[in-house]
Amino acid sequence: MNEWVFDSLPPAPESRQRDRRSRFGWRISQITRLGVKSIFSHGLRSMLTVLGIVIGVAAVIAMLAVSEGASFEAQQQFRDLGANNILVKSVKPVEVEESSRLGFGPPQAIVYGLTHADIQTIRDTIPGVRNVISSRIVKKNIWHLGNNMNADVVGTAVDYPVSRNYSLRDGRFFSESEMRDHGNVLVLSQEAADVLFPIENPLGQSVRIDSDYYDVVGIMESEGFSNLGQNQAGASNSAPARVFIPLTSSRSRFGETTTRQTAGGMESETVELHEAVIQVEDQETVIGIGEVIEQILARRHRDVDYTIEIPLALLRQAEESALRDQIVAGAIAGISLLVGGIGIMNIMLASVTERTREIGIRRALGARKSDIITQFLVEAVILSAVGGLIGVVLGITIPFFISTFWGMTTIVTPVAPILAFSISAMIGVIFGIYPATRAADMDPVEALRHE
Amino acid sequence: MPAAQANSAHTTRPPEQQLRVASVADVSKTYFMGTLAVEVLHGISLDFYGGDYISIMGPSGCGKSTLMNILGCLDRPTTGAYFLGGEDTSKLKDDELSLIRGARLGFVFQSYNLIQQLDVLENIEMPLFYQGFSQAYSHRAAFQLAERVGLADRIHHKPFELSGGQQQRVAIARALAMDPLIILADEPTGNLDSRSGLEILDLFDELHEAGKTLILVTHSDELAERTSRRIRLLDGRVEQDERMGV
Repeated sequence: MNEWVFDSLPPAPESRQRDRRSRFGWRISQITRLGVKSIFSHGLRSMLTVLGIVIGVAAVIAMLAVSEGASFEAQQQFRDLGANNILVKSVKPVEVEESSRLGFGPPQAIVYGLTHADIQTIRDTIPGVRNVISSRIVKKNIWHLGNNMNADVVGTAVDYPVSRNYSLRDGRFFSESEMRDHGNVLVLSQEAADVLFPIENPLGQSVRIDSDYYDVVGIMESEGFSNLGQNQAGASNSAPARVFIPLTSSRSRFGETTTRQTAGGMESETVELHEAVIQVEDQETVIGIGEVIEQILARRHRDVDYTIEIPLALLRQAEESALRDQIVAGAIAGISLLVGGIGIMNIMLASVTERTREIGIRRALGARKSDIITQFLVEAVILSAVGGLIGVVLGITIPFFISTFWGMTTIVTPVAPILAFSISAMIGVIFGIYPATRAADMDPVEALRHE
Repeated sequence: MPAAQANSAHTTRPPEQQLRVASVADVSKTYFMGTLAVEVLHGISLDFYGGDYISIMGPSGCGKSTLMNILGCLDRPTTGAYFLGGEDTSKLKDDELSLIRGARLGFVFQSYNLIQQLDVLENIEMPLFYQGFSQAYSHRAAFQLAERVGLADRIHHKPFELSGGQQQRVAIARALAMDPLIILADEPTGNLDSRSGLEILDLFDELHEAGKTLILVTHSDELAERTSRRIRLLDGRVEQDERMGV
């Protein structure tokens, strides 16, 4: 028998690399070059694939940013009311209203609401209550020269601005001594100041309510948040502007009973206090103290002529609903990412079919299965990584534009881009593996015959 | 470069002293189409020696292409053994077969089978790429091969920018890249006009003179006349195996 020219297999490709490290690097870098080349040679197809991922990733980030911003805004409103506060308000009970209509003769004053004694009890018996700021709210027509307006005249304590995170724009709030002296001093809200003093500086001027004149000592920042509390209590939708006077002055000037002209005739009501802000030492105890107040008031009142609002509880609710919103938004965006991933798989599968012959040629020229798998996988990963990157950039820019043009609060948390990008990369790998193995498993003879 | 020693063993040696590069021993191939079994090759045995210039001819359906696929390690025989360079290919794993295809064999196809997205140089260096040669080395080697087949001025053209004859020359350069034991050509002139066909045949003659082992599957008598060993297949059997003027 004749001798053989060779007796050994050719050396493995990796062994041609000088050192161990470059053996791995060699294949990846070479095949990446190959992948990039083939991505560019199928420009339109690659662009469409990338587009799917871009939209998915950008949608995830933008939707999370918008919902995060919305929930932040909602929570901010409750945070402004004070997380350490409990709001108690007087409301006209339903039964009293009914019984008063049955009566004959002159209208009787309806008596309801919080009393000084209630507040005293709360202040004295519940531990952990730091302060209680109680207020009376009387609707009055207020005047300055020829200008007049309807306003809620709030008789309150000196701590009112602090308790509601409400700050002065100008001047000062009234003092303890003015409180003690039933002083005729008044603090305007921004809205009231705008109407009564369109031109001049209101500080030092005087405002007339009924027949008394009050010195303007300060102007508050524009309120806005306090509308929320009003709406919650079921009061008028557009809360009238507020002005603030000492509680003591309110009692001595206006008395306990107020009379209002209504369609049916005169209506009188006697309310000692309209609202009280109960400040609690420790935020942890707010909800518990709220329950205690509920019990105390229930025992002291025949009718339910009060409401208790706990901003912290509302905040918790807002947080919960925000979480739900975020899960929904995340799920919708996640679905669009998934669709993007299926797009990648679809296009990779089409590309495998289209490039069957190329696969056959490469196999005939010495490509191993793993070389083919790597090539297709690298292509899928490059496509989804590029799509992911563009998507992240777009996903960060879109919320920015939404904020600028619609004034919505949007918050891009660092987690969202990282999450979206890694999901898109993962989708690239997962949806790339199947087409890649299908390409590699093809019989070289069959593949070469493919037209 | 590998395989240089194979080609020094030239046809000038008497047959009994020539070095074997490949041999098929009692090879048969059966295709299964559903329940129907079609036996294409019926126990073929052939030895191929270093420097052989072989043509395989026969009517369509005689099993030429099947034999070619087996010789090219693209397909495995149903029974029998195929030895390539002393290696029993039936015992090799898929990755090892890939390695052998890339390093020991060179393919020239009727339809050239170049990759359209790659330019001439990149097509030529593809076998080197899969054997793990560095980019710098592959570039140098591919350029020399392009020069050898007369395409030095076209190295950055894409296949579709070349004529059929030029494309086939790129394919031949690619087949030579790893200096293989055997160059397998399946109807290499089938898609060419007679003039470029002749150029390709001249190129094959040159390769033969340089000591390469060539196996050509063809219908063309013109091509077969140039070869030194002519094998005729009929119905999956060797009908004729003649050596010309040793």
